[in-house]
Amino acid sequence: MDLYIDILITFLKIGLVGFGGGYAIIPIIESEAALHGWLDVKQLTNIIAIAAMAPGPIAANCATIIGFKLSSLEGAVVACIGITLPSLFIILFLGKLFLKFQQHALVKAIFYGLRATIIGTIVYAAIKFAVSNGIIGGANGIDVKSVLVLLVSFVLLIKTKINPIYLIILAGMVGIFIF
Amino acid sequence: MKGVERNKSKVALLLALFWSFFKLSPVSFGGGFAMIPVLENEIVIKKRWIDSKQIVDIFALAQSAPGAIATNSAIFIGYQIAGVTGALAAMFGMVIPTFVIILALATVFVSFQHNPHVIAALSGIRPVIVALIASAAYKMAKTALVDMSCWIICIVSTLVLMFCPSVNIIVVILSGALIGVVIVRCKEKIDMYSQGKLAKQNSRK
Repeated sequence: MDLYIDILITFLKIGLVGFGGGYAIIPIIESEAALHGWLDVKQLTNIIAIAAMAPGPIAANCATIIGFKLSSLEGAVVACIGITLPSLFIILFLGKLFLKFQQHALVKAIFYGLRATIIGTIVYAAIKFAVSNGIIGGANGIDVKSVLVLLVSFVLLIKTKINPIYLIILAGMVGIFIF
Repeated sequence: MKGVERNKSKVALLLALFWSFFKLSPVSFGGGFAMIPVLENEIVIKKRWIDSKQIVDIFALAQSAPGAIATNSAIFIGYQIAGVTGALAAMFGMVIPTFVIILALATVFVSFQHNPHVIAALSGIRPVIVALIASAAYKMAKTALVDMSCWIICIVSTLVLMFCPSVNIIVVILSGALIGVVIVRCKEKIDMYSQGKLAKQNSRK
């Protein structure tokens, strides 16, 4: 029972401050999962890989898999409810209010700092994931093959409109040959 | 009699809402932003539930509110069309299919995770995940880091998270919002002050 409450509260918290959607929520999930000792970054990376290949929101998918890993179906249900409920309440209670005040100076000022900070957290997550997966800073300094895959996919992602799923599938096939 | 009819049409509307999201969410690969054109096509063009001006507001809110953008959009679209029950119908339509699919995938993964091919494939995929995270930061930075203070806030929050592991990330995010307000206010004060000075100089002339 305690575990369920812990899962619920943790994902409620993540849902509540998960501004920016998708990959912007990953840093918060990583930090909370580490705080609870639920999984290491490498496991989380695998989970994100599955979450990104499936349809639906990446953050909610991650939450569901983490809940499933912690406590099978019940854990998955609790985690999914936890990350979704804040969206429901915030939109029902603050939705209309936000539309009315989205051009207000204070709201703009809040998002001015908030967005910049969120970007900071995503950069941190990218560095942390690269290090924890042994891509950079490992025993050999950098893992050449992984860094190559990383750089090529980064360029493809920002320069082309490639669907991330094809990129993941492609990288999986490349992985079977080179690792 | 009229009340019964109204109830019937309300139930029909809720079912239609649920069904729209239920059938779209399993094909919404790539999350929030990928879903926007698909939703627009269904809600605005096919069903004509919401006009194209209103949908822009809905997506603006979905991106500003915390949580998944696709789920946020579903909830707000449902709410605009049919109130709180509409929000719930759309939300369940959005969440249930993807929940089932991701559980099935996770189960399959658990049984294959020790297969050497799967391990090799994941070694190839993990750098892509890092690239995806980094590209999310890059894309947001292009629109959100509008001036020097933004860049400083961004860099400082990265450094704090890297070198002060005891500081909770939620605290970092909330202080970022607060610092933003302070900076904007200070800039306004400075602007007002320099404008006042200018006005004085002009009046002296």
